[in-house]
Amino acid sequence: MEALLTAAFLSSLLTGAIVAGIPLLLAGLGEQMSEKAGVLNIGIEGMMIFGAYLGFLTAWSTESIWLGFLGGMAGGMIVAALMALLCVRLGLNQIVIGIGLTLGAEGLTSLLHHFQFSRTYPRLPAPLRLDLPILTDLPVIGPSLFGRHPMVYLALIGVIILAWAYRRTNLGLTLRAAGEKPAALDVAGGHVVLIRTAAVLFTGAMAGLGGAYMANVAAGLFIPFMTGGAGFIGIVLAMLARGRPVWVLIGALIFGAALSLTTALQVAGSNVPTDVIQMLPFAAVMLVLVIWGRKARLPAALGLSYERGAR
Amino acid sequence: MTASDTQTATTPSNGPVEVQREARLARFAVMTLGPIAAAVIASGLILVVFGINPITYYTFVIERGLFSGLGLEQTLTRMAPLLFLAAGLIVAFRAGIWNLGVDGQFLLGAVASAALAPALLGVLPGWIVLLMGFVLAGLVGAVWSVLPALLRAYQGVNEIITTLMMTFLGVSLANVLVKLVFLDPKTTVPQTRTIPVPDRLPRLFDSTISSGLVWAVAAVLLVHVVMTRTAFGLKLRTVGANPHAAAHAGLSVPRLTVAVFAISAAFAGLAGASEILGVNGNVRADWNPAYGLMVIPLVFLARFHGVGSIILIFFYSALLIGSESAARRVGVPQDFTLVLVATLLIFLGLAEWLDHRRRKGGG
Repeated sequence: MEALLTAAFLSSLLTGAIVAGIPLLLAGLGEQMSEKAGVLNIGIEGMMIFGAYLGFLTAWSTESIWLGFLGGMAGGMIVAALMALLCVRLGLNQIVIGIGLTLGAEGLTSLLHHFQFSRTYPRLPAPLRLDLPILTDLPVIGPSLFGRHPMVYLALIGVIILAWAYRRTNLGLTLRAAGEKPAALDVAGGHVVLIRTAAVLFTGAMAGLGGAYMANVAAGLFIPFMTGGAGFIGIVLAMLARGRPVWVLIGALIFGAALSLTTALQVAGSNVPTDVIQMLPFAAVMLVLVIWGRKARLPAALGLSYERGAR
Repeated sequence: MTASDTQTATTPSNGPVEVQREARLARFAVMTLGPIAAAVIASGLILVVFGINPITYYTFVIERGLFSGLGLEQTLTRMAPLLFLAAGLIVAFRAGIWNLGVDGQFLLGAVASAALAPALLGVLPGWIVLLMGFVLAGLVGAVWSVLPALLRAYQGVNEIITTLMMTFLGVSLANVLVKLVFLDPKTTVPQTRTIPVPDRLPRLFDSTISSGLVWAVAAVLLVHVVMTRTAFGLKLRTVGANPHAAAHAGLSVPRLTVAVFAISAAFAGLAGASEILGVNGNVRADWNPAYGLMVIPLVFLARFHGVGSIILIFFYSALLIGSESAARRVGVPQDFTLVLVATLLIFLGLAEWLDHRRRKGGG
């Protein structure tokens, strides 16, 4: 047990929590916006994988990781635009279309990768690291917390901005109205379809960015199906966070740590099977739900399409 | 389109039964075959973009999956687990429950039957072992749904999130069980002990088709009849349509909810058993065909109808078998089937929307 508490183990655990946690954080923040507005966005996994592919392709062909992030956002937003058209504008079933878009994006990116790269998996150059002066030199936590890609810090700033916007601006109130009682928002002169569309597009951009981070920074390459359920974890984080961005951050770091615990344990020389550890975060979520399940509140109109005048 | 338009338009609600029936058939044809045709064409265009001749591809897939002797037998064999899953999904969806955790229930059912059968073979007669394998798989599947069921029934926790969680957990647990508990010591590949071919489910006639198909078809038909023709089915559908009304009508909504979860998950467990006891004979580590997510769209496309589901799953199964060899021969990855199913869903949605709008406009 003492061997587990070495500097190398803690350092690799923290690094893993951040590297694996950032995509979850971005996806969770995106999903949170959709859910607030009353759209249960099951297609987020598809948005992530499409963002990962387009983000990787852009970064690979332009040799700019920043353009890659933009490409990733665009990729996520393409899938999100389809979701918005079908589920928000036309009012189709959000769960069925969401599953469809996820399957479609997974299949399409696999085809695109096959016909572009065949069986090769080209690598991007090692990503840029932003070493914060002094802080990076701290033992153990220094390199893992303060020597990361700039996107990590941008994501954290995003948490703060969103938390502020939900609390202090009209945006939070409008989103809540669209998710809780769309008819009331409509009567008050708000535009339900427009707000929900904007929320879904934001989700797409965030999920796509998360996917691009996975491909461009965390892995440095694209592999079909590489998001491996990260989008679904994002949905869970958003549901458990009850509308608070900071809780999404905490959840993302816990899940990130658990997902990367195996690597850290290998560093420490322990040989616990991967699968046992991968169960931990999900088991923890179930436990939390069993204990506090009654409190996991969701917007009243979540998953229901809005049609003016319909009962 | 025009045929169905005039049919529905000229059929008053109290018109002759046959005319109504015809109109319904015509509408079904347009609403189901229309999206299928659109999806095949749209996905074909995607192939064109990649420089593949879609006619060559589709012809190859159909020939391989439907018209070659062995291909057709593989298609029919592959249908068994898909149909068991469909049976479970029909129960859940008709009762308004989103059981998105069938893949976890499927895998654990598969592992349970793969663990039990080799241990009992030689001790008990073969058919009893197979029967026990199925029963255990169904039980294990049902057990894996207890937590989401109780949370939904008594705490009101959304089952989409909990069933997804249980699937992630189930996939990992299945791997742990295969790698640590039921590992076959005689092989280097991590897998469970293999059931000898003669001890698996008998094959039909002189073919390679597993008799699991017969039980799977029976399961879907049974579910269909129970859900549409019995009092129990009506209760479940009432809960699905309007839980508040159901509670007012004196139904015990929480109890029925738990029952729906258990039945649905048990069928998913049976699906796993049919794949192991009928075809694979063992579970390899990291094996997860993820059939569940693919069957959900098909069941929706069939509008929860039993016979419709069987027909669609037959063609989907042929597509799976055909595209597996097309991946090698024509050079199109099998993941193309995902694109085809996704476009199918989107066109299905659009058809429903058009239909909804047309009816609203007419009435």
